[in-house]
This record gives sequence, structure tokens and C-alpha cells, in this order.
Amino acid sequence: MIVEAGAFALVLAFALAVLQTGMAAAGRLRRSPVLAGAADGAALASAIAVAVAFAALIQAFATSDFSVANVAANSHTDKPMLYKVAAAWGSHEGSLLLWCLVLTGFGAALARARNLPFGLRTSAVAVQGLLGALFLAFAVFTSNPFERLDPVPFQGASLNPLLQDPALAFHPPFLYAGYVGFSVCFSLAVAALVEGRANAAFWPAWGRWVRPWALASWVFLTLGIALGAFWAYYELGWGGWWFWDPVENASFMPWLAGAALLHSSIVTERRGALAGWSTFLALLAFTFSMLGAFLVRSGVLTSVHAFAVDPQRGMMLLAILGVTAGAAFALFAWRAPQLKGGGMFAPVSREGGLVLNNLFLTAAAATVLLGTLYPLILEAATGATISVGPPYFALTFTPLMAVALIVLPAGPFLAWKRADLRGVVQRLAVAFGLALLLAVAGWFAFEPRKILSALGIGLGAWLILGALAETAERIRLFRAPFAETLRRARGLPLAAWGMTLAHAGLGVFVLGAVVETGFRVEAARPLAVGESLQAGKWTVTLKDVRIVEGPNYLAEQGRLTVAVPGGATREVTAERRFFPAGGQTTTEVGLDFRGLDDVYVVLGERGPTPGGAPGWSVRVWWNPWARLIFLGPAIMALGGVLSLLDRRLRLGAGARKAKTA
Amino acid sequence: MAAPSRVRGVVRTLLALLGLFAASIAVAQEPPPAPDRPLADARQEARAQALFDDIRCVVCQHEAIADSPAGIAADMRQLVREQIAAGRSDAQIRDDLVRRYGDFVLFSPPVRAGTWLLWFGPFVVLLGVAAALLAFARRRRPETAPLSAEEEARLAEILAERRDPDAKPSDD
Repeated sequence: MIVEAGAFALVLAFALAVLQTGMAAAGRLRRSPVLAGAADGAALASAIAVAVAFAALIQAFATSDFSVANVAANSHTDKPMLYKVAAAWGSHEGSLLLWCLVLTGFGAALARARNLPFGLRTSAVAVQGLLGALFLAFAVFTSNPFERLDPVPFQGASLNPLLQDPALAFHPPFLYAGYVGFSVCFSLAVAALVEGRANAAFWPAWGRWVRPWALASWVFLTLGIALGAFWAYYELGWGGWWFWDPVENASFMPWLAGAALLHSSIVTERRGALAGWSTFLALLAFTFSMLGAFLVRSGVLTSVHAFAVDPQRGMMLLAILGVTAGAAFALFAWRAPQLKGGGMFAPVSREGGLVLNNLFLTAAAATVLLGTLYPLILEAATGATISVGPPYFALTFTPLMAVALIVLPAGPFLAWKRADLRGVVQRLAVAFGLALLLAVAGWFAFEPRKILSALGIGLGAWLILGALAETAERIRLFRAPFAETLRRARGLPLAAWGMTLAHAGLGVFVLGAVVETGFRVEAARPLAVGESLQAGKWTVTLKDVRIVEGPNYLAEQGRLTVAVPGGATREVTAERRFFPAGGQTTTEVGLDFRGLDDVYVVLGERGPTPGGAPGWSVRVWWNPWARLIFLGPAIMALGGVLSLLDRRLRLGAGARKAKTA
Repeated sequence: MAAPSRVRGVVRTLLALLGLFAASIAVAQEPPPAPDRPLADARQEARAQALFDDIRCVVCQHEAIADSPAGIAADMRQLVREQIAAGRSDAQIRDDLVRRYGDFVLFSPPVRAGTWLLWFGPFVVLLGVAAALLAFARRRRPETAPLSAEEEARLAEILAERRDPDAKPSDD
């Protein structure tokens, strides 16, 4: 009964989205607030209907209703409740429903945004409704999660055990909130192009309207990607966290485009400049999101993360992508030349710095796009198969980003319109000197000595120190009486703190990534109980291995001790889990957090030791500073949240300008 | 009620144990992967490790042989170590693998006519966008007429008056 209600709600949501598009478009053409208001109501109702459908699906999973094909294919009565619920978005149909939920949810929020002018808002609601209608049609007609099964099986096929993990239960909702949040930026950009305002006052306002949506989506996407990377790190058991895998790239492209949009929209808001460019990025971010969904769901790429793949549905997604993005970019090509330029600026200025940021972020996104799609295109065109992996990105993406990051700390010091470069250099000299010193310290601190890694450490330190220097400058730290500094710190807008945190967080991430990649130590050997293995300074001893029973798996659980000269000896457990429902085996990594470092222990298969005794193959990694890799994005996301809070306050207070110094 | 559920639990455990046993038999029937024996010479082993990161496990999804638990990855690792021990250069080893498996086997694609766009594309995009921005900036006419000499002088005067060390050029 509840399942039927869910199926009905889904169809209703589709009808409402169609209605929303029609009424908003008609309301815009006839300038009728009544029709536009009805479209807003339809947007809200559509979101509620999808939420009802989603709740019904979760209920079907929670009660293990195997008469629903999707539940039978992805659930099992033995699974813990968290993974029963999470399986609702672990399959293709369920994740598409989640996508629709976020899409219509953001659509409802857009329809309630009262500060937008009538024309722009109504057009944007129409576009958002059209996107909703397309994806809901896809869900209803080809990927209906409520399809029944007859005869009803007694037991389900269970969810891929790799996905039965807390990080992965929360990773898709965050990721999708990020992906699909950009749909609002897309709708606002299309609406702005349709409205085609030539007056100069329009674009700064547009920049202010689009920025909170871009910021919120970017924060969600940052957290989603970080959770995914963390999951890959401890669930796959390979010691790595980023493989430049096509599916990872698919989530990274909208992130890069979104980051570029965040920055260019500042210029559009403050100076009315780069309007066309910001619109382009707003279209691009959601296009990349849709491209990502297509790449992940269609199975055209081979990937370690390709779950729930179906080529037929891939074609449908490709059609949606082609129609929406094609139409939007055609509109852009037609309207963009008519956009008015906005304020002038010298090459060395805040605007110039942000343009440089955009230049590198777009080139980086283009690199990821090329590296991801090129093997496909080449194979289709010539039949030749190639692989594009980490070495390619190390030679293209990394140098591009390195140059961008070297320039980054100067950006916030630059004045609008025209900046004094010498003054900036003077104010950053101390931070630069310290970063250089830290690079030298890094060169001596880590074995073996690697010049590039030492420079990378310097770069991470430079980002952190540069960001802090900017805040210190603004609150006149150590140069004014302490009370004055405190007063200034309190007066600093939240957005300024947000920027400092986001840039410093990037530096923290760079430090972690550079040190972990450069100085990771690995050791692997079959160990009998009581034997030990050396990875760098760490001694890992296999204490015992026993069989333990989990809720829906059976595991060989190894207890190992991690010892270090002059430090505490700690115990970790590493498991090999066997899931009878699907017949799969997964590894649970034993992680010993030592300050910033991880000692990462994987229990492998049974096998004889070189001495002939029965043993288990044990792999140990010493991942120095690996904590920072996941701490950095968390700091960046926190910065985004602070900035978002500031925007909301400012929007609430009308057009109140930020406090001038 | 407790007894049947306990029985069920025991049965489940037995079934699972059977599964684990079956899985280990299935593994045993495949040719057992060669154990990883690092090369004695640390420098040679470092070369081998670097190569492992660049060589794709040919039966896996998107994994280097350094990461893959598959049997063939272990065989390929052993092959690479043997070749290094036999004194062959990295380039020779790569060429051998490419002859056997095609370009697909390397994560760094070769630089040849078909992959120029791949390798140089990013930098072309960078230069292209930069050139477009420059051209755009040049084409744009200033929106206000430039200041006259008189106005310039007056501007300089005002600026000199207002030179306040506390005045920050930017407000955020």
C-alpha cells in the first residue's frame, strides 16, 4: 500500500513539475503574478511529492519488502538498519530518486526566494521545473524504484558489501546535494540569459543571488568528495585515497567549475564585470554534474567505483544532458556577446587575480575532462585503447595547480581596480620567508630527501601562512594595541574569516597530500602469529587471528600491535569479512592514528610464511600526515559555511554594504 | 523463542563458514599468486615500485598492479622484478609490456600523433583562455572618457591629502 502511494507520489511529482514549467513560463510571458505564484506552489508540491516517494522507498527498505524489485536486488534481512536505509540510495533507481529529491528540494527553495525580481525568478523556476520534469520522467518511465516483483522472493540479494560502511551511507547524499545544487545556478544563468538585461545594475545583483547557491553546493560537494576519498582510503585497503579514477574525476570536474564560479561571481557582484564568464561557469558546473551522472551510471568507463551500471539508461541520461546543456550553451552563444562589460580594471588588481584563478581552475577542469574522456573518444575514433592514470595527471594537472597555488596568497591582498604589487610583496615577505624556511626544514626532516616534496611542503605552508598573514594584516595583529586588534577581529565580516579558512584548509590539504604521497612507506609479508613486520620506524606484530560473527558477515579478525621506539604500543584490529548473501569478501583496515600520521594495517589471505608455518599475508603502510588530507577539505567546507552565513545575514539586511575600513 | 533463533544463528554461522571454506577452495583452484618477494637491492626495489604504479592490472577496473590483489597483478609484479634483476632498463620493460598488452597497460599514455591533444590540450586551453581574455580586455573601450590633465592634477592633490596609513584599499 505504502509502495503504491510512493509510486503514485512519484508520478504526481512529475506532473507537478510539468505544471510548474508551464505555469511559470506562461506567468512570465503574461507577467501574471497569479500564474507565477501557482508555479511556486507547484514547485513546493513537487518537492513534497518526491519526499513522500523517497520516504515510501526507505520504508520498503526498512521493512525488507522484497515484493519491490529494487529492494530485493539491493537489500537483505540480515543487514543492519543503517545499511537497509542507505541501500535506498545505493542502487541506480534509488540514487536517481535521491537526485530528484535534491533537484526539486532546491527548486522549492528557489521558488521561495523572495528577494529576486519577478522576471528572473519566474524564468528560473520554469527552467528548474523543466530539469525536474526531465529527471522525474526518467525516474518514472525507465528507472521506477517501485516496480513490483512476482513471485516475491524470500530473501534479497543484499547490497554490495563495499557500500556497507558509514562513510558511504552519508557520502551519496552530500555528493548529490552538491551536484544537484548547481542546478539552481544553471537555472539562474539560463534565466539571466533569457531576461537578457542590458542594464549595468542587473549583473552585480545577479552575482549576489547566484553566489549563495554556488557556495552551498560547493560545500556539500567538498564534503561529499572528502567522505568518498576517506571511504576509498580505509575500505578498499590499497593505502590510497585518490586514484584519478574516472568516477572520482566525474565528481571533481563540477567541484573545480564550482570553485571557479564562486570566485568569478565575486567579481560580478562587486564590479559587474565577467558577467558572461560567470554565467558560463554556472552552466558548466551543472553540465559537469550531469556528465558525471552519465559517466557513473552508464558504465562507459571502467572504474573501481562503478556501482549500479546500466548502458540503456546511460543513453537516456546522455539525451537529457545533450538537450539541456546543448540548449543552454546555444542560448549562451547567442546572448553572451550582448552582455555589457561592467567595471574596468588593471591587470594587477583583485579582479585580475580572480581572473587568473579562473583561468587556472578552468584549465584544470579541462585537463580532468580530457584525461577522463580521451580514452573513450580515442577508442571510438581509432579503436586504439589507452589508459590515463595518475602519471598523466601528475604531469598536467599538478603543475597547473601548483602555479595557481603559488599565486593564490597574493590575491586577497590585491585592491579592486588597480593594486600596488610592491606593497603586496612587502606584506607577504614574512610569510614567504617562513614558508621557504619550512620547505628547507621539510627537506631535512623526511627521508629519502626529495626536492619536489620539500617544495610541496613549502607550498602548503605558503598557503596557510599567506591566508593567516592576510587576516593578521586586517586586524593589525601586533601592530595595534591588543584591544584594537580584538575590536577589528570582531568587526571582520564572516565572509573574510570564511575565505581565510578555505584558503588555509587548501594549504592543510596540500601538506597532507604532498607528505603522504612522497614519504609513504609500505611493507608486506606473510606473518605467522607472533611474528612482526617493520614499516619505517613502526613494528607491527600479529597477535592472534580469530573468527568473529557480524550481523550479516563472518570475519577473520586479526589483532595486531603497533609499536614504535619511545612511544606507546597500541592495538589495532584488521578484518577480512565474508558476506554470505553476495558471496563477496571485503577488508576492514586497521588504522592506528599517531598524531598526524596513520599506521594502516591490512589483513590479507591465509598463506604460508617463508618458514612454512601457517600465516596471513599482512600489508602495512606508514602514511605520514595522512590526517591532513581529510582535515583540509573539512576546514575548507567550514570556511564555505562561514561565508554562507555571512551572505544570509547580508541578504536579510537588504543591500547593506559590508563594513568599510 | 530464544532457542529457534539460536539454532538459526548456529546454522547461519555454519553456512557462512562453509562459504568461507568454499571461497578459499575457489581461490586455491586458481593458480596461486606468486608471493611478493622484494628485490634485495633497495635501489632496484624502488625502481620496481615506481614501475608498479604506472602499470595497469589488465583484468581490473582501474587499478595499478601496485594496488591490485588479483593473481595476474602479482605475476606482473614478479615479471617486472625479474626483468629489473636481469639488468633491463625501465624503458625496455615498459616497451616489452606494451608489445604484449598494448598501450592500455600503461597509465601514462604514449606521446604520439593520436594523443597530442591529450598531452598538450591542457596547456593549449590555458593559453587559449588567456589569449581570449586578453583580446577581450583590449577590445573593450573604456566606459568613461580619460581624465583631462587638469582633472589628473586635481586627483593627485586629493589623493595626497587623503594619504592615511590606516586606509585600506580593499574593504573585504
